[in-house]
Amino acid sequence: MAVIEVRLSLLPKGLEAKEIAEKIKENFPDQVIDVAEFRDQVSVIVKKDQITRICKYLHDDPLLSLDHLQDLTAVDYSGKKDVRFEVVYNLYSIEYRHKIRIRAQVPEPNPKINSVVPIWAGANWHERECFDMFGIVFTGHPDLRRILMPEDWEGHPLRKDYPLKGPEKEWSGYAQVVELARKLKEFEWEG
Amino acid sequence: MLIDTSATTLVTLDDGTKILPPNLIITSLDKIVNWSRLSSIWPTTFGLACCAIEMMAAGAAHYDFDRFGIIFRGSPRQSDCMIVAGTVTKKMAPVVRRVYDQIPEPRYVVAMGSCACTGGVFRTYSTVQGCDTFLPVDVYVPGCPPRPETLMEGMMLLQEKIRKERARWSPWR
Repeated sequence: MAVIEVRLSLLPKGLEAKEIAEKIKENFPDQVIDVAEFRDQVSVIVKKDQITRICKYLHDDPLLSLDHLQDLTAVDYSGKKDVRFEVVYNLYSIEYRHKIRIRAQVPEPNPKINSVVPIWAGANWHERECFDMFGIVFTGHPDLRRILMPEDWEGHPLRKDYPLKGPEKEWSGYAQVVELARKLKEFEWEG
Repeated sequence: MLIDTSATTLVTLDDGTKILPPNLIITSLDKIVNWSRLSSIWPTTFGLACCAIEMMAAGAAHYDFDRFGIIFRGSPRQSDCMIVAGTVTKKMAPVVRRVYDQIPEPRYVVAMGSCACTGGVFRTYSTVQGCDTFLPVDVYVPGCPPRPETLMEGMMLLQEKIRKERARWSPWR
């Protein structure tokens, strides 16, 4: 037990999430809208225009070194907040073991935000999923296609105004299968 | 039933089968065909969600499907049966149908679990509300997921169904 304690104490000490938020505020005073805290989890709410610059700073700064993008997703605040979408970045530093959450506000219509794939290559599929589910366009993404839904699917299912049971018009691929099954029914064994 | 091996005339067994000792058996083609079919149902190895884990458990040593002659087969073209184990999404539906279409006749479908039977809790845009919308289902096995015993009961019901078939071997059916 003692050995483990000594080793942990030798590891570089990370920053508190609030300290990271302060650093972002210092460096980008006109970009930070708010700092929210909930159950010791600190989120920095920023404008979307300089998101790549903020992320580049968080990734490259030697004292922050947030080199791991844990998750990238979006939230639809339709009817609850003035700005409809927020793209959420959960960042983690493998070296310092500290973390921070960045939330970038993306207003309607034509929700658009710059891609962070050049900074974290792992953001590629996350951004594709985000585009698939919310219709947020990530400009500069190398290959922005749907990732979960079929390519010819209409609409973005995780938007709050999307009907839960799906649109009136059935997706063509599934409608074709049902039609095929109806046609082939006459060849089935009927006992 | 004891059979008198010294008899030189036909001995009638209770289920309509006659036997002439020592080695002549008279029965209907239905019976022998159905018996051989129900004794070696080979399902396609095909799982879609958590039900597939339960299906694997049913196939493994503890519950042991092999004792019914149920052996999972890696190709639909060499199988007799398909166990739709799990949630069928609309995107997956064409694939499921294609697997079914490749199974040679006679073929059977077992819908395993609430999702395959009715869509289950997923009354959503992406989920097929029961795989019977595009497949002819023979046996529905409810549960979320069904225990291996339940699946086994389903397969035994399928065996009973096959046992009752008439003239499915005939080209004039």
